[in-house]
Amino acid sequence: MNETKFKLDWLVLPLLGGILVLFLWALSSSTWTKELPSPTKTWEASKPYVQNPFEKRGEMDQGILRFTWYSLVLVAKGYALALIIGTPIGFMLGLSKFFTKAFDPIIQILRPVSPLAWLPLGLVLFQKPNPAALFTIAVCAMWPTVLNTAVGVRSIPQDFLNVAKVLKLSRAKTLFKVLLPATLPYMFTGFRLSLGIAWLVIVAAEMLTGAPGVGGFLWQEYNSLIYEHIILCILTIGIVGFALDRLMSLAEKRFRTSIA
Amino acid sequence: MAFLELSRVSKGFGSAPKRTEVLRDINLQMERGEFVAIVGYSGSGKTTLISLIAGLLRPDSGSVTLNDLEITAPGPDRGIVFQNYSLLPWLSVYENISLAVDQVFPNWAPAKKKMHVERHIAMVNLTPARDKRPSQLSGGMRQRVSVARALAIDPQILLLDEPLSALDALTRATLQDEIGRIWEESKKTVILITNDADEAILLADRIIPLTPGPNATLGPEIVVDLPRPRDRKALNHEPRFKEIRAEVVEYLLSCKQKTKTTLSKKLRLPDIEPEDLSIPRNYFSPRRDPIRRRELKEETVEVSK
Repeated sequence: MNETKFKLDWLVLPLLGGILVLFLWALSSSTWTKELPSPTKTWEASKPYVQNPFEKRGEMDQGILRFTWYSLVLVAKGYALALIIGTPIGFMLGLSKFFTKAFDPIIQILRPVSPLAWLPLGLVLFQKPNPAALFTIAVCAMWPTVLNTAVGVRSIPQDFLNVAKVLKLSRAKTLFKVLLPATLPYMFTGFRLSLGIAWLVIVAAEMLTGAPGVGGFLWQEYNSLIYEHIILCILTIGIVGFALDRLMSLAEKRFRTSIA
Repeated sequence: MAFLELSRVSKGFGSAPKRTEVLRDINLQMERGEFVAIVGYSGSGKTTLISLIAGLLRPDSGSVTLNDLEITAPGPDRGIVFQNYSLLPWLSVYENISLAVDQVFPNWAPAKKKMHVERHIAMVNLTPARDKRPSQLSGGMRQRVSVARALAIDPQILLLDEPLSALDALTRATLQDEIGRIWEESKKTVILITNDADEAILLADRIIPLTPGPNATLGPEIVVDLPRPRDRKALNHEPRFKEIRAEVVEYLLSCKQKTKTTLSKKLRLPDIEPEDLSIPRNYFSPRRDPIRRRELKEETVEVSK
């Protein structure tokens, strides 16, 4: 392929793509699906939420960034829980064949279970929506961290382990001076994937629990037939997810270059 | 008993029927302060031998003793320089060495540790690169860090496992001189594993050839009776140097010829699947038609000439 590059192509091309999708959206809403709000109507209806993003007019009537903030706080808690549980499990899987044989099958079975299936169990266990949401995020988001950490530990070069053996490093010192730094790049890949999943789960969890946040707002506006706000929420969720992924991959890159 | 003694050491890998005996009946005695070079072809089990002395591997039979104590596990009384440097890439030169020093001399005052590390960095001429990471260093510099780390733990014996074979010829020469100088200063007991006869003659008191594996064993030793310090330029014109060199090379070459030369041949398998004729056939399970292979299969076999 011999595609020509031109000045500002990084800005012009994405804009072009966006405009095309916007056009298809407008066309669809005015022709075959009248239920779909048009871009202009969406903007009109979203204005108060976007222009005063931090305003609080009522429990379920708040600026979009304020809702996003609630969701992010919940994600941060659940994500932290996922990392705190997932990283040690990953280390144990990577270090012990015994542990792998015992727990790998059950992990492979639990891994593909949808957040929608975990949430009711969380509600039964904790009786309250917030801890149930945390539980769901943690359980769903920890698998990439678990598996990537395990792979990272298994692929530590024998040379590094030999250094630890020859110097007779204690277990704790081997862990912190050799195993952990050598696994860090893999762990970060896991962390990034986990964050992506945590953000996916939060929306589903909020929809079911009705907690204030982007997902809860989305569900409420669907029930009150304000479809414009559904689109606003979808766009917000997408943009925030994209931003989170970018941030994590920046952090990941930093670690990769500092080690390699 | 000698300072380091290997008696009737054998080591193999894998289990029958795929077992390969790597080393067989290795006997070696070394005195304190000696510099011994073990020269052999690649793949003859040199690294296995050094791993046995290091304690990273245990022999299948025979014993390895240092100072009359059986070697059962790796430990800092044996400093090892690996072929691939084995530096921790997330630590700087200083940190790599101080990790070792902290571990081996935990009771030293911080100032003493720092001085000790700095002295060893200076010894291998790396003071300007003190705070650099291994990835920022050339191969030769990394290997010097590795040497400094091995020396900094003040081991009873220094094991050099082909330390210079990954380096270019010029860097190798410089480092050979440096290792020679450091040995003159420290008078450590050193085992150098190498595939370079010249390197062995330049540095060692004795050269012991390792016959090609499998079932490698040590050949008769060749004493290098050249005066020290040895100068690489002068050495080239020394008749005794040429004699020793010829002796080493000839021994290794003659070993190679003695071992059976094998030829690997690619054979094409017949395009029919094997069939078990011992299964009784009857009316309900009649003999099937021969099954043809879908694709050509080739197998490589070793044929001795």
